[in-house]
Amino acid sequence: MSSNEIGSMIAMQGFAGLSLFTVLLLMALGLAIIFGQMGVINMAHGEFMAIGAYVVYLFSQLTQNFAPGLRDVYFVPAVVAAFFVAAAVGYVVEVLLIRRLYKRPLDTLLATWGLSLAMQQFFRTFINPKEVSAELPEWLLGAFNPTPTIQVPRNGIFVMGLTILVSVGVYLLMLKSRWGVRIRATTQNRVMSSAVGINTDRVDRFTFALGCGIAGLAGAAFTTIGSTGPTSGSLYIVDTFLVVVFGGAANLIGTIASAFSIAQAQSLLEFFLTSAMAKVLTLLTIIVILMIRPQGLFVTKVRS
Amino acid sequence: MQLLSSNRTRAAGGAFSLLVSGTMLWAAVVGSGCSKSSAAASGDPAAAKSDKAVPASTERSTEATGATVLTPPGTEKSTIKAADYPTAKAMTTGLKVDDDSVTVGILHSTTGTMAISETGSVQAEKLAIAQINALGGILGRQIKVIQEDGASDWPTFAEKARKLLVNDKVAAVFGCWTSASRKAVLPVFEKENGLLYYPTFYEGLEQSKNVFYTGQEATQQILASLDWVNKEKGAKTFYLIGSDYIWPRTSMKIARKHIENVLHGTVVGEEFAPLGNTQFGSLINKIKLKKPDVIFAAVVGGSNVAWFKQLNAAGVTAANQTLLTISVTEDEVLGIGGENLAGFYSSMKYFQSLDNPNNKAFVEAFKKMWGEKSVIGDVTQAGYLGAWIWKAAVEKAGSFDVDKVVEASPNIEIKIAPEGYVKVHPNHHLWSKARIGKAKADGQFEVVHESDLIEPNPFPKGYQ
Repeated sequence: MSSNEIGSMIAMQGFAGLSLFTVLLLMALGLAIIFGQMGVINMAHGEFMAIGAYVVYLFSQLTQNFAPGLRDVYFVPAVVAAFFVAAAVGYVVEVLLIRRLYKRPLDTLLATWGLSLAMQQFFRTFINPKEVSAELPEWLLGAFNPTPTIQVPRNGIFVMGLTILVSVGVYLLMLKSRWGVRIRATTQNRVMSSAVGINTDRVDRFTFALGCGIAGLAGAAFTTIGSTGPTSGSLYIVDTFLVVVFGGAANLIGTIASAFSIAQAQSLLEFFLTSAMAKVLTLLTIIVILMIRPQGLFVTKVRS
Repeated sequence: MQLLSSNRTRAAGGAFSLLVSGTMLWAAVVGSGCSKSSAAASGDPAAAKSDKAVPASTERSTEATGATVLTPPGTEKSTIKAADYPTAKAMTTGLKVDDDSVTVGILHSTTGTMAISETGSVQAEKLAIAQINALGGILGRQIKVIQEDGASDWPTFAEKARKLLVNDKVAAVFGCWTSASRKAVLPVFEKENGLLYYPTFYEGLEQSKNVFYTGQEATQQILASLDWVNKEKGAKTFYLIGSDYIWPRTSMKIARKHIENVLHGTVVGEEFAPLGNTQFGSLINKIKLKKPDVIFAAVVGGSNVAWFKQLNAAGVTAANQTLLTISVTEDEVLGIGGENLAGFYSSMKYFQSLDNPNNKAFVEAFKKMWGEKSVIGDVTQAGYLGAWIWKAAVEKAGSFDVDKVVEASPNIEIKIAPEGYVKVHPNHHLWSKARIGKAKADGQFEVVHESDLIEPNPFPKGYQ
């Protein structure tokens, strides 16, 4: 093998690692917000991703049937719609279910798990029990070839771009907007926030809806790399929790660092060992680290 | 930059994280032994080879429901009268049979993970039963169906199987899909002396008096396709990749033996991705590094979709790589997307596009019953065969008694099979052909190769 080929392989493998990193991060962002800010363990997070994916599928079907000419452009509005639909469903779920369980954080785990089962069966019964596939625009298919021997997946580039956009958006929203101030204030001290005139119920609803909306975005992006079926969400949920918990539940930097280290470890080990061994070693390492630091990589210091 | 957390969150987080990672580790180590993506069956023009023109399918109505169903070409309304086979004689073991009807069970998952795959089998079994009823039933008796939901949960399958056999006294059960569900119900069927018709292609290494396997066992699916790719494409180096559970592992073991000992080729890599794995970037790079002549794949479920989408995205397409899979039927293509698969090869015994009169009639009848958009995969066709094989055996035996039906089964031929023609082997598997389909962008397959009838061999010597 020539040095040129080795160089290409290193470049492609490097991109594979980065690509996995952005996928993990995109999955985890919504959950980090909900788990970190509200203490709600949302087991239905994967199903909110599935909602986003189904919205893209719906757009794809509509485009195919009514406006085949728009195949190259439908995807972007579909992704935006995925955010709002998932956020709207999240809003309703917060009002009907989550709100009643804030005093019992572990019960939310059971309740949202039940919700995830119900949502899966809903997809199965009312949408399609089989896996479906959105027809992707031409510009998302295939590989981008910077040199003849390097192929960079276009869908990977897309997911990467979207992740950067969303991360920056979340950062600005949380730290630079009045909404962010209210959310953080409520997290720190609910009673006091309420006393100074923040409508904490409204903040909760907004936060939960935001987290779900980002999950929807992630789901929409994943139609380019994975499957859309009633149980697709469950393929992602465990990885998602792993990233959030390992990073330190409430910390955006932690989430990013955790996604990055898990992704790099996973993809490198997978290249040199087998997929199963890669998973075993990654998880063992995480378990050991969490035994030493149960609070995760990064901890936010707050007064208790 | 920090998002803030409450103490509550952190405390819960620590414990929860250990739980999560522990569970994942467990899953990664143990693997899970169940789902198999739906795959192949073959349509067989052989049966249609007779020079006589085959009559077109006829629309008939069922006495019981009045609903109409298209019946297979060449079939005539049965002239057998129930009175010729009095219940006291035709059934001596307490099964639910009377002078007008016989009750059977359908046992599949209609909820849970596996509902995706098992729905097609349920539809095919119901179609076959409706057709048999419209043609006068079995021994003059109409078939009634009790359907139970295994809910993608193996203990539930066992419990429902017991219910069907012990409480409902059904004469036969059509059902199960994953090997795990079949293994779960097997002791029940053997203890209660029931009769199960199992539709899925599977890893072999099993044979029971109480089960008939209407899908192909591993050697029927693998050997002929490897021979084909070796001869047709001159393939010498193979990269094997599958999901990590019993079916792909057994299949790849057989494939490796065949490649090394018979084809004198080389296996340049063998990889098993955890079930549910959705990230194939590193693995695809590894394959690129080895440049195999053929990628031989048995990835299932949601992973299958991710695998093919990412292959395409990484620039691995039919234009530069031969890929042969044993886990993709028309059902899977819906999720994978035809454009990601176009030009790759699939080895099955049935494809919806098979060009023979049996299959045309079958596809037409299936679509009439279940909707124009229905897609028919290999296992769906195999499910369809079960009821017909049972009918033929019962009528040959003149009895519904399980022992007599089992005894009458070997060498039963189904000439209306959509795959063309099948024959029951004394080892309870079917003689069928293997076919290679080339995937087209529209989600259908073009049949490019068809083997002779292959003898089922669930315990292949030299391959274990």
